[in-house]
Amino acid sequence: MRDFEYEAPMSLDDAVALLSGNPAAAKPLAGGTDLIDHIRTRRLEPDLVVDVKKIPDLNVLEFGDDGLRLGAAVPCYRIYGDPQVAAAYSALADSCRIIGGTQIQSRASVGGNLCNSGPAADSTPSLIALGARVVIAGPGGRREVAAEDFCTGPGQNVLESGELVVEIVFPARPAVGGSHYRRFIPRNEMDIAVVGVGAAVELDESGQSFVSARIALAAVAPTPLYVEAAGAALSGQPVSDEAIAAAADAAREAATPIDDMRGTVEFRKHISGVLTDRVIREAVARARGEETGYRIGQ
Amino acid sequence: MAKQRIVSTSINGNPVEFLAAPRQTLLEVLRDNLDLIGTKEGCSNGNCGACTVIFNGRPVDSCLVLAVEAEGGELETIEGVAPTDGLHVIQDAFLGQAALQCGICTPGFIMSTKALLEENASPSEDEIRFHLAGNLCRCTGYDKIVRAVQQAAEGVTN
Repeated sequence: MRDFEYEAPMSLDDAVALLSGNPAAAKPLAGGTDLIDHIRTRRLEPDLVVDVKKIPDLNVLEFGDDGLRLGAAVPCYRIYGDPQVAAAYSALADSCRIIGGTQIQSRASVGGNLCNSGPAADSTPSLIALGARVVIAGPGGRREVAAEDFCTGPGQNVLESGELVVEIVFPARPAVGGSHYRRFIPRNEMDIAVVGVGAAVELDESGQSFVSARIALAAVAPTPLYVEAAGAALSGQPVSDEAIAAAADAAREAATPIDDMRGTVEFRKHISGVLTDRVIREAVARARGEETGYRIGQ
Repeated sequence: MAKQRIVSTSINGNPVEFLAAPRQTLLEVLRDNLDLIGTKEGCSNGNCGACTVIFNGRPVDSCLVLAVEAEGGELETIEGVAPTDGLHVIQDAFLGQAALQCGICTPGFIMSTKALLEENASPSEDEIRFHLAGNLCRCTGYDKIVRAVQQAAEGVTN
């Protein structure tokens, strides 16, 4: 691997100072499961790697009445290993359980998955569906962006020179709410999404009508894709085959995939609809507290 | 060149200090500097799991960890698995079930199995296959490995 310097600051201020001291040549390191591979293959050529895992702000995992705070460097296994987080933010836990294998989940973080900004990132649709906001620190201070506005193209995002993601904050889940993320891959595990869908729904007290819903797709556009129209097709409607079919149609319409070795445009658009239907039904079942047949790796 | 650093760790229960440049992976240092060559290099990009070690209680691909990140950490490698007199129950089970042919993937599988059984002493077949998805074997077709893990789980729980 090419030569670089390594620093492991203990505070956010020190990390920002290091990253903004030489912004073109410095890269933050969280789990390293993308970064170290990218340095080895020379896709990235940093002169300085700033290990952010010792900074307390980036290791926060706080669940409370106001919502969830998820530090950018928290590895996947801590997220699905927290029973309260896994129950309330189940789409996020679904994503974290299928990112890489066990070894990758020991290290890889949701913040890193977001900053890598791949169109097929498995956790980003869940962040968007759950209404998460991304807290960014940099030489100019702090700012926040909505998860759906973070990625701007394949491998591209809104981070400016010297900035890093500190944490991802999620609003409290509704009293009758459920969420789910699922992807299509030709294997059972350890693969890149051909299509991925995350959905979060809020139902009324009876569990028979949608109050609101948010749906986002992976691997069907240059960035993870928030499909506002799919959520709008459900809001205020009774939970019915017709409403779910309308949301699935909206997702299929919004998808603008490419042809590649994982799937054709036609296939990906079709699967966008099929998965949206299934993911909404699973989210509804979870909101109602019903047993479902979903198994990880399915 | 970036300066080498002194890294203080515990490896298989023994305090170990080593010198490492930031660019060196934990896998490189284990094999090339510390002569712990039981840990294997397969793909070197986090797909195959041949280099799996246990780092602070969690299985990781040592090709995707910088050696300098191990500062203050606890590492377990395949060399630390067997007791002084004989084999670990997992190693016994892999031999008993003929769960290896060429053997390159085996240290990684044994480390992943150890991590699994420490977390879940009686995993189902589905759980075994899902947990070991980050370890690739091109010889056995996996069934024998799954049977070995099941045998080891019985040995661990009995």
